Amino acid sequence: MVKVLIPSGALGLGYDREALARGIALQPDIIAIDGGSTDSGPHYLGTGTSKYSRSSTKAEWRELMAARAQAGVPLIIGTAGTCGADDAVDWLVEITREIASETGETLRLAILKSGQDNQAMIAALGEGRITPLPAAPDISDAILADCTNIVALAGAEQIQAALDTGADIVIAGRTTDTAIISALPLARGCHAGGAWHGAKIGECGALATTSPNSGTIMIDFDADGFTMTPMGSQARATPHTVSAHMLYENSDPHILFEPGGHLDVRGSTYTAIDDRQVRVTGSKWVPSDRYTVKLEGARLVGYQTVSLALVRDARYVANIRTWCDDIMEKCTAKAKARVGGTFDIELRLIGVDATLGALDTSHVAGTEVGVMGIVTAQTEALSREVAKMLNPYLLHHPLTEQEEMPTFAFPFSPPEMSRGAIHEFCLNHVLEIDNPMNVFRLTVEDITP
Amino acid sequence: MTRLTDVATKIRSKNAGPFWLTVDIFCGDADAYARISAGISSAQVADLFQINQASLKRFDLADLHVVKFSLPRPCVQGTAADRDMHGASFANLLAEMDV
Repeated sequence: MVKVLIPSGALGLGYDREALARGIALQPDIIAIDGGSTDSGPHYLGTGTSKYSRSSTKAEWRELMAARAQAGVPLIIGTAGTCGADDAVDWLVEITREIASETGETLRLAILKSGQDNQAMIAALGEGRITPLPAAPDISDAILADCTNIVALAGAEQIQAALDTGADIVIAGRTTDTAIISALPLARGCHAGGAWHGAKIGECGALATTSPNSGTIMIDFDADGFTMTPMGSQARATPHTVSAHMLYENSDPHILFEPGGHLDVRGSTYTAIDDRQVRVTGSKWVPSDRYTVKLEGARLVGYQTVSLALVRDARYVANIRTWCDDIMEKCTAKAKARVGGTFDIELRLIGVDATLGALDTSHVAGTEVGVMGIVTAQTEALSREVAKMLNPYLLHHPLTEQEEMPTFAFPFSPPEMSRGAIHEFCLNHVLEIDNPMNVFRLTVEDITP
Repeated sequence: MTRLTDVATKIRSKNAGPFWLTVDIFCGDADAYARISAGISSAQVADLFQINQASLKRFDLADLHVVKFSLPRPCVQGTAADRDMHGASFANLLAEMDV
């Protein structure tokens, strides 16, 4: 039996402190928490930074470190700093050192890095070791060279190596969401299908219960499967909440690919032990012939400046598309003549179809429209320059020549907001490796007061 | 006309990584599941997303009373053309479709 305590779906999301305390009292074998995902977009991997604030991260991490010290078991975080890039790992390591020096703790820290060298990835592509997953974008040597960060997603083997150092705390770069939970149960001989399935059910904390906000859950792994127990006083796990979690953010509800194989839950049985605990058996782990790790990469693709104007005049609202088309034509021509360069102007109509664009065929107009001007260009200076040329149009452009100059509402001065560099995800591929540790780097640091 | 949102208990769309979108229709009970599973075609859903039906994956999950669709994301998450970073708004397209 291995008991894994999962405080919440991600560090920075918050959790119910009483639920965490209840979990610690049950003497878990390890505390595991996820530090990120791609879900907030390419900026974080592109820049190697965290989505959550440093203060919130430090406050929650301090509490988890204290819980770990109380339980006397390892604490592990995967995908540190939202994206799991090396810089984001260093950021959390620095926060950890700060907390340790404030509390006077003695700690062994294992640091697992997932960042990949661009030139090594170009070589791997040339050797045929990088292959696309479904819906992957085309890649080339040039795109790989352009990535500001490439990370490989570590699996259970790399996490086990980190735990084998005897670390009190493991700070890992990009890992699969599940590997930080499955690693210890697998290492101790628990059922492999159950280990991966339980890890998938647990990766979002209490999301697979009736009280998603309570955060903390315990998963007990054993020789046949796993048992899920919510730690929140009001939270209940039911066969439905648990089995339905395989749907979540997963394109195939039966199969989950991981380094070294895949999980198949088609034969799983979900049994209510009582009104709040669920036991799952029959999940299957299918090892693969090749050992592959998934790659994620982001590259800088330009700079953006955004403006927002609000149109409330009924005649302009009724003719908003015509008005915008006319502005686009005139402003694009003017900017080409005056500054040249490569740029793109988009006017997105908030209150019309800004959310779904051309897919939205049933929108109903309101009394006002927000016109969001988005200028994308190859340099920050050019994007700002073109956005400034857009300004007089958004302020005063008339629907016809024969009317008084209108004036529209700007909520801010200046109306242009620089978004800085913009990034794109450019990899949905796997990398084949001979040895799981080949492309990951493990170091150990002993912290003393 | 009955819309899907009037029959289903919950319709949710989410990213399944930056390159895929997945939509879960929770029907609530066996009757609603039978009606929805039979009442919406993959061709209808492909039309909603303006994609080829061949790139749409469909799962009819009777045990869960869920019909699930997965498709390559209409725009890759976070590209300049993408309007919804988490992909949660696409569910509205299905909610408003006729059953």
